[in-house]
Amino acid sequence: MDLIWLIPIIPGVGALLNGLFGVRYFSRQTAAGVACITMAGALGLSVFAFWQLLGLDPASRVHDVVLATWIPKIPLQLADGRIGAFEVPWAFRLDPLSAMMILVVTGIGFLIHVYATAYMLDEPRGGYARFFCYLNLFCFFMLTLVLGSNFLVMFVGWEGVGLCSYLLIGYWYERKSAADAGKKAFITNRVGDWGFILGMFLVFVTFGTFDFRVVAERAAAMPVEMQFGTLSTICLLLFIGAAGKSAQIPLYVWLPDAMEGPTPVSALIHAATMVTAGVYMVGRNAVLFSQAPIVMEVVAIVGVLTALMAASIGLVQNDIKRVLAYSTVSQLGYMFTAMGVGAFAAGAFHLMTHAFFKALLFLGSGSVIHAMAGEQDMRRMGGLKKYLPVTFVTMLIGTLAIAGIPPLAGFFSKDEILLSAFLSNKAVWLIAVVTALMTAFYMYRLVSMTFFGEYRGPAWAGAHHVAMAAHTHSLDVREAAIHGAPHPADAGAHGQAHRVDHETTHGPADSAGHGHGHGHGHGEWHGPHESPRAMTLPLMVLAVGAMVAGFVGVPAALFGNNAISTFLQPSFSPPAAVAHAAPEAGAGRGAPAEAAAAHEAGGAEAHHISEAAEVGLMAFSVAIGVLGIFLAYRFYVQHPDISEQLARRFAAAHRWLLNKYYVDEFYDATVVDGTVKSAHGLWTVDRKVVDGVVNGAGALTVVTSWLSGLTDRTVVDGVVNGLGRTVEEASFTFRRVQTGLVQNYALLMLFGVFAFVTIYLFAR
Amino acid sequence: MVSPTHYMLLSATLFMIGVFGVLTRRNIIIIFMSIELILNAVNINLMAFSLQWQNSIGQVFTLFVIAVAAAEAAVGLGIILAFYRNKETINIDEMNVMRW
Repeated sequence: MDLIWLIPIIPGVGALLNGLFGVRYFSRQTAAGVACITMAGALGLSVFAFWQLLGLDPASRVHDVVLATWIPKIPLQLADGRIGAFEVPWAFRLDPLSAMMILVVTGIGFLIHVYATAYMLDEPRGGYARFFCYLNLFCFFMLTLVLGSNFLVMFVGWEGVGLCSYLLIGYWYERKSAADAGKKAFITNRVGDWGFILGMFLVFVTFGTFDFRVVAERAAAMPVEMQFGTLSTICLLLFIGAAGKSAQIPLYVWLPDAMEGPTPVSALIHAATMVTAGVYMVGRNAVLFSQAPIVMEVVAIVGVLTALMAASIGLVQNDIKRVLAYSTVSQLGYMFTAMGVGAFAAGAFHLMTHAFFKALLFLGSGSVIHAMAGEQDMRRMGGLKKYLPVTFVTMLIGTLAIAGIPPLAGFFSKDEILLSAFLSNKAVWLIAVVTALMTAFYMYRLVSMTFFGEYRGPAWAGAHHVAMAAHTHSLDVREAAIHGAPHPADAGAHGQAHRVDHETTHGPADSAGHGHGHGHGHGEWHGPHESPRAMTLPLMVLAVGAMVAGFVGVPAALFGNNAISTFLQPSFSPPAAVAHAAPEAGAGRGAPAEAAAAHEAGGAEAHHISEAAEVGLMAFSVAIGVLGIFLAYRFYVQHPDISEQLARRFAAAHRWLLNKYYVDEFYDATVVDGTVKSAHGLWTVDRKVVDGVVNGAGALTVVTSWLSGLTDRTVVDGVVNGLGRTVEEASFTFRRVQTGLVQNYALLMLFGVFAFVTIYLFAR
Repeated sequence: MVSPTHYMLLSATLFMIGVFGVLTRRNIIIIFMSIELILNAVNINLMAFSLQWQNSIGQVFTLFVIAVAAAEAAVGLGIILAFYRNKETINIDEMNVMRW
């Protein structure tokens, strides 16, 4: 466990190697090897550390490793007037929560690295190494984030993953939409980081430290804030940061656009790990949040509304990755709902299971895209079941898992959240259930449109080579035809959607611009086909994970012991209370001991709800999931025309959803346009006022200097010249005295002598 | 009996003749000779007072003046010779290069 500091460092070294030497010198195999081996090393160390942690007594499962001093002691005044020591060490902490997180990050990260070795093979050699450099760098920062034992170390990781997200979204930076999406992600995150930074400042002046445990200890000692106070402010600011990173309302807009990045990136960063950093951060500060019930309510409401909104958008999207992106936003909303109702362990549990099945779904969609030569529009897929058997089966497992069908992973975690929501707030529970219905629907819709039905994609050149030449041309024609006559699944809003959807990623233009556009380097496409082993193996491993990951959290009602909740509980309780809380944690549904006091009603009910009712709720949510799947099956497999009719009947609502509630347009019109307009205004002020002043001063100087020159020329020069001329004139008169005749001088001398002698003799 | 007054009158006459010569003549040689007259007028004065007061200092002075006059005559004649070589004349009015 003393080696946990190596866990982030190893991928960091890999990133350094690939970044410094790989882009120039490494072959594809070497670059991929470096990346995968470092990730395997980190995974091995993580498993080892986890195993060691499990060996400890539950109450003392905390291990700190201080690597170095980062910021030495600086005295700073605190809010209450005391002088605190601002001191930040490079410290890592292994506790149940971070142990789970490093397992998720390194485990799924490793699988995705392996997957990417095959997926990115069409990239040029330098770009390939660059990709793995970024991917490793991301893992370095993500592991720093989850292992950091104080806010500032976490913040380093926090910003680092944001950077890597930006770099990887804009990996195909020649494409404007990708570069724009990267900027959008970065700037949106910056809004969140603003809240996070302010929250950190307030944490320091309030508690005098950045260490999570000390903060938790001191926060637990403060009274629960029923009125909005300092703790609530801190939590709200931190939540703004979490909402930015984890794509919650109103800062979720960047995540769907982030799908511009390569699919392994979407899987690793924008589904499994980075976007869960916000959830992790809230969980890390569970004690703090428990002291601020008002903010907890805000978190729950924002979470559940995000879940509903994103799921409803996901219902009608046609881009396979975009559906998954909205699904991710929706599931993150679920996690925040769990956090908000005090079920921190349930949220973290869902984070873990979600990482499995969402990574699986993304990688599966990547496999589909790979097979379809860069095509992402589901309307032009269909019937891929027979071409991609492995992908089909694994994605079906992922779909069932996310829909909450027992005994797959999603069932347990989602049910845990629904139960907590039911106990705390019925309205939240209702929205969450509706969301669950939508989730099942859109996920099965995705599977139906992709794998079932008729093949609707472009034809491929089989034996006849004559058709090859006309291949791209025929694609264009097909595209035009589709635009002209909207596909059933699309109804009337199609043309408009294409215009509005500026970052639309489908169509031939995409496969042309797409760096990874298929072709296997031969420029030919032989129809959809199963992906290579390096891609299907991670899919299978993740599918197994999506099936069994839930079993660590089987609730007591189903004769389990909810091991993960018990395991994680110490991380969500104040340090001092861990010892008492541990024994009863199994019974308390994720609500920490202190929080139980805050949520008296919820906590009490948690103990009082009968196991029969619990099982009933579970059956209900399973029924909801099945209903969603059934509806999707009916609409998209049995009677594909129903969906068309529905879309036509509710054309306005459909258009509303297809355009994502016009939120992007709204932000464009308000925030972006406002910024541009005010910048224009400031520019005008600069041009008119500032430049005017500067130019005016310049002109004034020119005029005065001209005047001064005039004075110099006339007055000063006049005086000097006049003096000279006067002297010259006068000299004409006086120089006549100098006759040059010696005798004149002698005569004058004589007169002078006579004069003086006369004066001497007579005037004395 | 010759009184000092007589000597003085002689001396003054001689001096005035010398001054007149210096102021009126154009020939440098003559001016030079007139200066000698002035010096000798002084010498007569010195001798007269020496005789009057029975004091030999006056005579000593006179001897000095004669010696200095001789030296001065040598230098002056040298200058005149140099001037003549340049100007081919000894007219004092031609000696006017210092005027404006």
